[in-house]
Amino acid sequence: MLLSLEPRGRQSRAMLWLSPLLAGVLTLASGALLFAILGHPPLETFKVLLIDPVSDFYGVSELLVKALPILLCALGLAVAYQARIWNIGAEGQLLIGALAGSALAVHIIDWESRWALTLVLAAGTLAGAAWGGLAAWLRTRFNANEILTTIMLNYIALNLLLFFVHGPLKDPAGFNFPESATFGDASRLPAVVEDGRVHAGIYFALLALVAVWVLLQKSFVGFQIKVLGLDKRAAGFVGFRERRLVWLALLISGGLAGLAGVGEVTGPIGQLVPQVSPGYGYAAITVAFLGRLNPIGILFAGLLMALLYLGGENAQMAANLPQSITQLFQGMVLFFLLACDVLILYRPRLKLKWAKRAALQKAAA
Amino acid sequence: MDIDLLTNIFYAMVRTGTPLLLVALGELVCEKSGVLNLGQEGMMLFGAVIGFIVAFSSGSLWLGVLCACLAGVLLSLLFAFVALGLSSNQVATGLALTIFGVGLSSFIGAAWVGKPLAGFEPVAIPLLSEIPLLGRMLFGQDLLVYLSFALFALVAWVILKSRAGLIIQAVGENPNAASAMGLPVLRVRTLAVMFGGAMAGLAGGYMSLAYTPMWAENMTAGRGWIALALVVFASWRVFRVVLGAWLFGLASILHLVAQGIGLAIPGNLLAMLPYVATIVVLVVLSRDAIKTRLYAPVSLGQPWKAGH
Repeated sequence: MLLSLEPRGRQSRAMLWLSPLLAGVLTLASGALLFAILGHPPLETFKVLLIDPVSDFYGVSELLVKALPILLCALGLAVAYQARIWNIGAEGQLLIGALAGSALAVHIIDWESRWALTLVLAAGTLAGAAWGGLAAWLRTRFNANEILTTIMLNYIALNLLLFFVHGPLKDPAGFNFPESATFGDASRLPAVVEDGRVHAGIYFALLALVAVWVLLQKSFVGFQIKVLGLDKRAAGFVGFRERRLVWLALLISGGLAGLAGVGEVTGPIGQLVPQVSPGYGYAAITVAFLGRLNPIGILFAGLLMALLYLGGENAQMAANLPQSITQLFQGMVLFFLLACDVLILYRPRLKLKWAKRAALQKAAA
Repeated sequence: MDIDLLTNIFYAMVRTGTPLLLVALGELVCEKSGVLNLGQEGMMLFGAVIGFIVAFSSGSLWLGVLCACLAGVLLSLLFAFVALGLSSNQVATGLALTIFGVGLSSFIGAAWVGKPLAGFEPVAIPLLSEIPLLGRMLFGQDLLVYLSFALFALVAWVILKSRAGLIIQAVGENPNAASAMGLPVLRVRTLAVMFGGAMAGLAGGYMSLAYTPMWAENMTAGRGWIALALVVFASWRVFRVVLGAWLFGLASILHLVAQGIGLAIPGNLLAMLPYVATIVVLVVLSRDAIKTRLYAPVSLGQPWKAGH
């Protein structure tokens, strides 16, 4: 063994935050290698991927549009993952939020009151929370593994959405396209800048960021969640009620994902379409881990992920690379992160074989 | 319902259950050794895309199948390195593997979407395939389905009758004791993970070379995840895996049944059935927490390091 790992005895706080950076660097390096192999000049391709998309004001505004749903989902996931509740269902919770919000928005299409938007947003958020709550119920009542149930609920949500968009919610005046009618202005999120698509949903993301930070870092419930995640038995001994925390974590993460979904249909899209989300709910998993389940970390990781989405679209147009490069990089960075995380608890040591042998001989003598 | 329809339903049930069976058998061996690999979906997709590209380019379906298996093994080695070598959290690492596999397969396969390929055709065994009801189901399938029968027998024999099976289970039940007895815990686990990878790759290859001979993004549609639930459904017992796989196959083709008896239910609603069935099955089987714990390998999902 050339490189060996020595236990540090305690967590390295520096590595806790260096590890995501290291993972980012390794991802860039592997990406460069990949581009070189495929015959794309690495530096130029990275410029197309990561710099060109945000080189003007419109680009930055698009970055925020994309970051919004990712951030909302990832913040919710952070709450669940801190409790070691593996909610993989942000995607489904997002889709159900979008679906429920759209169903209401289409019904109140003629309203002009500002309550329209409030009601639509509330419907989406509650529906997302309910979808998360379903997984909580299945786990607390029937002991069903939440990883598998939330994944299954993702597929069910997608098929529900497709059913409604091809059926009951299809716009009768829409030339048979699988789209709902365009929502009334009263149920659209207003834009916050003049020449961009950034909308008022940005305030929700900021609010959620602060709320999740307070919940996790400053509140007793947050403390309970963390204890549950670190040691389930200890949480039981001190009398924290696991069921209640499971419910809470899944309701919060479901609600935030639902808000993300309804924010998409009332914000940039303006109607229900089959492709509400290009996998934001799955991207949020990577973002939550990359941000160390910490709201501030998630903010940076979420912006990075949004950039990767924009870059993927740009790379397809400008460099003729498949858009799925976004997912590829997502997977790579998560893998590298988990590998680098070994350095939090272990110190790498170079050990040369002859040095070891020499040491042994010395000890024997 | 006439007998022809039933014969066809049984036939389609096994055909549709085959990828589930293959993945679940691989994951069963993996979990018996104490490793929970949630990356099945990713390995399947990678197997599917590599199998398709190789078969399309070389013109040899069997070369495609072989490379699909190797592709699965390759990804499983990544998992083994991080989850076993660096003893990371297996849940997170498996998720990473799936996300990576989904991205990698769409990236590699972008240029191959929608290309036509003449896939595996059914090879009916004379006489036997004409048995009413069950003949076509068991003897009128393509060669990969027969291979899945053989692999099922192999896994059943290994787990229930062989020394290797005992070693795998010892490592999964109590790695410390196994290690004290001189068994190479991490090597056994790595081999089990690799076997799981090969089976997931093969299942992917079955999807893109036999079931629907083409490549489409995310064409496995959650089958890797359903297979994970199947292992729970089977309470880690090999004979129940085959039963479960075919039952889920049946749930996925219920639209055929619905058409057969003249029911008009929208396709998207029927498409939900296998996923709903998975949840129902999980609920029914996990309800008794003590029983579930009794059947699951004791060290399932726990990282293990020598000398700890």
